Amino acid sequence: MRVFHFIAGVALAAVIGHGEAAAKNTRLVFVSNEKNSTITVLNLDNEVVRTFETCARPRGMHFSEDRTEFYVGCADDSVIAIYDVATQELLRRIRQVEEPETFDLHPNGRHLYISNEEDATATVFDVETGEFVTEFETGEEPEGVQVTPDGRLVFVASEAANLVHVIDTEAQEVIKDILVDTRPRRFALTPDGTELWVSAELAGIVDIISVETLEIIDDIAFLPTGFRKEQVTPVDLLITKDGTRAYVALGRANHVAAVDVKSRRILDYILVGKRAWGLALTHDEKRLYVANGLSDDISIIDTESLKVLTSIPVGLVPYGILIDDH
Amino acid sequence: MIIRLFSIACLLALGAIPALAAKEVVSFAYLQRVNDPAYERHRAYTGLVLRDRAPPLDGAKTALRESRVLGRSIGVKFELRETALGEADDAVAAIENLAAEGTRIFLLDLPLADVKRAAQSLAGRDLLLFNIRHGADELRGEACSPVLFHTIASDAMLMDGLAQFLFKKNWTDVLILEGEQEADLIASAAFQQSARKFGLNVVDVRPFVLSNDPRVRDETNIPLLTGDADYDVVFLADSLGEFGRYVPYQTYDPRPVVGSEGLVSSAWHWAWERHGAPQLNQRFDRIAKRPMKDTDYAAWAAVKSVVEAMVRTESRDIAVLRAYLTNDAFTLDTYKGAPGNFRSWDNQLRQAVLLHTHNAVIARAPLDGFLHQTNNLDTLGRDRPESACRFE
Repeated sequence: MRVFHFIAGVALAAVIGHGEAAAKNTRLVFVSNEKNSTITVLNLDNEVVRTFETCARPRGMHFSEDRTEFYVGCADDSVIAIYDVATQELLRRIRQVEEPETFDLHPNGRHLYISNEEDATATVFDVETGEFVTEFETGEEPEGVQVTPDGRLVFVASEAANLVHVIDTEAQEVIKDILVDTRPRRFALTPDGTELWVSAELAGIVDIISVETLEIIDDIAFLPTGFRKEQVTPVDLLITKDGTRAYVALGRANHVAAVDVKSRRILDYILVGKRAWGLALTHDEKRLYVANGLSDDISIIDTESLKVLTSIPVGLVPYGILIDDH
Repeated sequence: MIIRLFSIACLLALGAIPALAAKEVVSFAYLQRVNDPAYERHRAYTGLVLRDRAPPLDGAKTALRESRVLGRSIGVKFELRETALGEADDAVAAIENLAAEGTRIFLLDLPLADVKRAAQSLAGRDLLLFNIRHGADELRGEACSPVLFHTIASDAMLMDGLAQFLFKKNWTDVLILEGEQEADLIASAAFQQSARKFGLNVVDVRPFVLSNDPRVRDETNIPLLTGDADYDVVFLADSLGEFGRYVPYQTYDPRPVVGSEGLVSSAWHWAWERHGAPQLNQRFDRIAKRPMKDTDYAAWAAVKSVVEAMVRTESRDIAVLRAYLTNDAFTLDTYKGAPGNFRSWDNQLRQAVLLHTHNAVIARAPLDGFLHQTNNLDTLGRDRPESACRFE
């Protein structure tokens, strides 16, 4: 009953707002479920509001600049589907995007930089017109994409080539291939834009790259108690807005690491579900959501106590998480 | 951290790291024999093909394609040189000729006798030979060689994986059915060794014969062959496949079949979908137009290992590369989870093995709970103390 009211309320808001920059702060959480091609919608009371079918093998997700829309990359359909945040209505599709995995939006709000997993390229599409803009050759299995806040550089990680490619957006070319540790997956930038953190899944570490020199300056190795190096496979990572703390999902080690960014010291390991990959923080950064790909649920962590508050079953193989709460 | 430490070690050992010049070409030689009997089509009957093998050349091609951009980043162009030996040609001479032209790395898609001879004759040479085809344990044992590296899983590794699975299922009493082929006897012996290692009980070993002759029905009739014994599971050693395909559902007691039919142990299978495997399978399929098999995987792993070693050591010196491949710092992304490197005592690539049916991977070994004091992958195959290999 409560759920019904909630949906009705959202729908009404959308009608009144007539779609344009309509509802913000819907207090909804979206989870892409890679294996059964659905999106699970949760509210902040940890209830599943609805689940809807989307395109095939949805993985990376991203909000539009004004947060009224969100993009879902579907690898098996080679499509990026664009939904209205408030109604989850399908607005339009960008087609012929070869097996998109993840993407990041340029600060211009229009150019979506996409990793094309099967194609060994990074492509750029215009999210408004859906048109192809340009592409760059990468190593095999490109995955993580990170645009710098000034929009000058784009980083793309190639999982199979162990490279981080640096794209200069003005020159429109790859200006450097940085050799990193085995199987680089995702990125996080420190808020001051000086450090790029990249997870190296098979090495069980995070490499830290200086954005100024484009060289590796340090790394952090993870090893929760009772695990062996080969079981620790970091994937997604986040750095808080004040740049003090990082969270790293450790994959097969079924833990999330909390790291003090400045000292690069590991504060704690938090036990979550199986094969933790995707991460998302609430706007107030009090809650950390973790997608557990092999236990088909998400864990919600209280970031103050670093304890798991609850876990919620979602679809098959949850991958990405988006939170619209401000 | 790992990269930097190893670089320092190299510096100490060699004085300097030779820098790679731009646009340098590194070639991989791929050796095969024309009319190799291993790749003849084995027709069981009226055009039906049961065991079809294709040369794993496309595995090497897939790896080379993957290495293009990595090559770009270090100024090296990797190339594949295919060499087909005539039926009378000598493999060692062919390798010598190619080595004289500057090729140092060889993928051997050759019969076992050729691989053994090449490994022995060239043992002291500055070369890197890869066995991408033979699981034979003797190549990792008495017949091992410091120049020969194995990216294909050994028979012992495959059977150890299967034995772990049976033990974990508590299917500890095993009835073995073995064919007359040499390969059947080798497979049966390898399984029996793994059974001893993991505490399985072989209740009986029964030879079968491919025949309709009523006088030997004790060896041809499957219910008779599988009756009068108390067992949990049947292990089948049948390299030809014609007898074995009728064993499941025909056993006297309702028991699962493993080995050559039913649950099979392999280094690779197209249905494996964890650890990035779908991407590798699709890349291979685009080049080969067929599903990836374990020998394809071995050819792929050989090229990937060399490229990875060259990139990390910034060297093309074979001695440096060989030392790095067996160093714990070396990490090959095996697409099977645990990082791969080569065992220093027999040059075997550490890797997980997949236990699969015809269309699904049921388990990956080492299974949970099988632990090793240094690396759980060493619960598969000959561990250092058991190895008969002596490089000196």
